[in-house]
Amino acid sequence: MNDMKVDKHLDIRGEVCPYTLVKSKLAVENIEVGQVLEIIMDYPEAASSVPKAMLNYGHSVLKVEKINPKEWIVRVRKEVED
Amino acid sequence: MEFTEEQLKRYSRHIILPEVGGKGQQKISNAKVLIVGAGGLGCPVGYYLAAAGVGTLALVDNDVVELSNLQRQIAHSVKTLGVNKADSAKQTFESLNPDVNVIAVKERINSKNILDLIKDYDIIVDGTDNFPTRYLINDACVMLKKPLVSGAILRFEGQVTTIIPGDGPCYRCLFEEPPPAGLVPSCQEAGVLGVLPGVIGALQATEVLKLILGKGKPLKGELLIYDALGVNFRKVRIPKNDDCPMCGKNPKIKELSDIPEQYCEL
Repeated sequence: MNDMKVDKHLDIRGEVCPYTLVKSKLAVENIEVGQVLEIIMDYPEAASSVPKAMLNYGHSVLKVEKINPKEWIVRVRKEVED
Repeated sequence: MEFTEEQLKRYSRHIILPEVGGKGQQKISNAKVLIVGAGGLGCPVGYYLAAAGVGTLALVDNDVVELSNLQRQIAHSVKTLGVNKADSAKQTFESLNPDVNVIAVKERINSKNILDLIKDYDIIVDGTDNFPTRYLINDACVMLKKPLVSGAILRFEGQVTTIIPGDGPCYRCLFEEPPPAGLVPSCQEAGVLGVLPGVIGALQATEVLKLILGKGKPLKGELLIYDALGVNFRKVRIPKNDDCPMCGKNPKIKELSDIPEQYCEL
């Protein structure tokens, strides 16, 4: 599913916890159910904590990928209304 | 809502809660809450609501801060001795959170001014210390259909209930009339453990935030009683009284009545 449509991009490079999650959560609130958010981040802990939190909120995590030694991409599909 | 970077930091622990989020935080900042009394209960209620970012917070009190208040009234300090309590608490809450518009109402609430004072607010908090005022606030909230979060304290015991007019009982469903003056001792006569209003006020603030967010179950139709010495929380059901003089089928009370002077206030 490399050609998966991304509806919104969020760049939180430079952010640390918990603001990585705060900004990711707010971005998910602002898309529609079924839409996909792609987040790029460079805070290592967030690469595991943000996907985990998104699953807890009831959303799907479609992808977690380390794209270079310092950056990760996380794709989330909104599944439930906030 | 677009949050500033400062607001994202200040409210981060709210925003990441599924039950709050950015949308809930927006509801909190749009909310208008009026607290009657800036004393033992009003201080912690206002403190937590200001910290939470409630957009408009009105405090009604016409007393001045005295040294004997500082054992429990945590929004005041030695620097505000002699200052009106609503003004003193306003200074504290504004320095805690400049997002909050704190309105100090330096009046004693009575049957003439109460409807006008509460009409523009979403939720009313009773932090008063005497029965006539408690009943007056109840009656005015029933008349204007304003949700009311009521708290009371004495010695080592406190109680909380939430009144949603039209959806559950009011204070007069529990006791139709206030007890005669002198029957129930005041805190001035009987004392109160300083931390007790903190416990009860925190519970009231929690109820207010739940009402704003529309989350959880309000404490309506029940009186929560806290006994600090025995460490007991118990809930007593308050049935809605069809014969209630205020909110029953044929209400007898059509207008608000004034507070007898002999009731003391702390």
